Amino acid sequence: MVEPVIGREPTPTPCTPAITATHAVIAQHRDATGAMRPGSLLPVLHALQHELGWIPAETVPVLAQAMNLSRAEVHGVITFYPHFRSSAPARHIVEICQAESCQAMGSDALVEHAQQRLGCSMNTHTPNGHIALAPVYCLGLCAQSPAMMIDARPYARVTPERLDQLIARIEEAHA
Amino acid sequence: MTTTVYVPCDAAALAVGADDVAAALEQAATQRGIALNIIRNGSHGMLWLEPLIEVQTDAGRVAYGPVQADDIDSLLDAGCLTGGSHALGHGLTQAIPYLARQERLTFARVGIIDPRSIADYMAHGGFEGLKQALAMAPEDIVETVTQSGLRGRGGAAFPTGIKWKTVATTPAAQKYIVCNADEGDSGTFSDRLLMEGDPCTLIEGMTIAGLAVGASDGYLYIRSEYPQAIQTMQFAIDAARAAGWLGADIQGSGRRFDLEIRVGAGAYICGEETSLLESIEGKRGVVRAKPPLPAISGLFGKPTVINNVISLASVPIILARGAQHYRDFGMGRSHGTLPFQLAGNIAQGGLVEKAFGVTLRELLYDFGGGARSGRPLRAVQVGGPLGAWLPESQWDVPLDYEAYIKISAMVGHGGIVAFDDTVDMARMARWAMAFCAIESCGKCTPCRIGSTRGVETIERIAAGGPAREQQVTLLRDLCDTMLAGSLCALGGMTPIPVLSALNHFPQDFGLPARTEQPAQAA
Repeated sequence: MVEPVIGREPTPTPCTPAITATHAVIAQHRDATGAMRPGSLLPVLHALQHELGWIPAETVPVLAQAMNLSRAEVHGVITFYPHFRSSAPARHIVEICQAESCQAMGSDALVEHAQQRLGCSMNTHTPNGHIALAPVYCLGLCAQSPAMMIDARPYARVTPERLDQLIARIEEAHA
Repeated sequence: MTTTVYVPCDAAALAVGADDVAAALEQAATQRGIALNIIRNGSHGMLWLEPLIEVQTDAGRVAYGPVQADDIDSLLDAGCLTGGSHALGHGLTQAIPYLARQERLTFARVGIIDPRSIADYMAHGGFEGLKQALAMAPEDIVETVTQSGLRGRGGAAFPTGIKWKTVATTPAAQKYIVCNADEGDSGTFSDRLLMEGDPCTLIEGMTIAGLAVGASDGYLYIRSEYPQAIQTMQFAIDAARAAGWLGADIQGSGRRFDLEIRVGAGAYICGEETSLLESIEGKRGVVRAKPPLPAISGLFGKPTVINNVISLASVPIILARGAQHYRDFGMGRSHGTLPFQLAGNIAQGGLVEKAFGVTLRELLYDFGGGARSGRPLRAVQVGGPLGAWLPESQWDVPLDYEAYIKISAMVGHGGIVAFDDTVDMARMARWAMAFCAIESCGKCTPCRIGSTRGVETIERIAAGGPAREQQVTLLRDLCDTMLAGSLCALGGMTPIPVLSALNHFPQDFGLPARTEQPAQAA
């Protein structure tokens, strides 16, 4: 067990489900001697986001204490990386590639179409909170642009019609 | 009799319905009482034909594509399982000109083998390079890589053997091998295609690097946007460890090498080597000042080899066939092959592994078949978002590191993004600055602030008015500052696409057009 450095962190916090999950994730990342592997903050954050869907602020002091870091350092890492979310996400995320290759094949028009179809703009979500729209910079599907990803599933050579089909499928699932 | 059918599991195939095709095939086979063995292979890289399915026949594999789930019945009716002809048929895969005209060294197995089978890997020459390396002195491995002429395929083209030698000769109890699989540049997918199609080659290359420099541990940093590559690599690492190709005692040699995947989190800057090291250490991906070089003081302050996927994946064949075999490909000081990636507005997009010296025109037309839109091609960006825009007058310059430097461009990792004549180059120049502003790590001022000022200046130029010439001077001055004053390639090279757009396509900025002189490479 790593001892907290004196003066860095107060002993946290009442037990919420998020904090219980944080303790569980941290325990999974300890080796046989109970130490955290060096540099394991990113793997821990990935595991936690996989568990909760996002990284609630209340988990930051717990993470900081377990990893012998300051809260500022943990917060700094979470906010540096676009992949980590500090607020609860929509149920589904539509990420449309906006990098050069997809621009060459009309991704700007595709984004425009998606915004109209969903009634929300880039980096926001539909009023019912079901579908979020986000940019992504390259999915490695550049020979089949424009490309996008919905909930980690890739789609390439996407037309407005195909986008409508996929969105309709999501909407039906929640109807 | 069971027929073997290959249906790729590469993300490029999945993205256009390969899973549905595999399911439809399975269902149809059950209904018709046909015994099928469906193998999920990697992609051959003919991405406009994906999903490309192949049937094993006595004459070889016969290709059909692009196949959708509702084509399966008509394909089976046409006798595709014995290679019967069909509108989607392309004959023998290996005879398709796009593939037949390539020189595949690094990608020799991609698309051919089952990426989840160590046995299949070994049946196609896998681990031959590592077997050689296990029998060699470490300094001889480094010497072989140096002699091969291999240069960093991530874009910087630094000689791989020299980098390895620095790490090998730096004394330390712990050293590391780090593979940069944070392939964030638009127009590039060769790392992904390799990891999803032939993951063991990368494991083998990293292990050879470990033996050469005395590193017992490696990290493979893959971007989070590549979930399929992460899965395939993790499966292959576990399988290689179980088969004794990774771990404390590689094939009974008493030598140790093991490796771990680290997943990125959406930050483009982490493709920069020092920022990537920070990220593996669990920190914000903020660039480090160099020196010290990572080879002297890298991951956790230890000597570290950090190489791109394709550099490391090219090492096994160099060890297996000898330095000279690899060195004989290419031209000038650019030895070997590069997997070029044809992307953007291109009819036949995909991966073309060729020796250095091929021209952009050959790639764009002989392989790529021109623009997918059917319009004339106008501007081509080579080497990713930080690479130069090339006008048609430069498309006959051979793709060779030095020849490209002479025309103020860079070959980089061989990513090629084509645009047709509807492109607005002022808009693309603005985008280069805007992307730099989005992705800057914020450490140095020319990149953090210069990029935003760049966006504003280009907008003022595009808007026109009497001060346009003055704004152009300002933009060139800003580019000069970013080029000379940034810590890393993001700020330091963003001016390259901006200035090449401005120089070659001034009319798009409302400036007088210049007469193009065909560029000649010496």
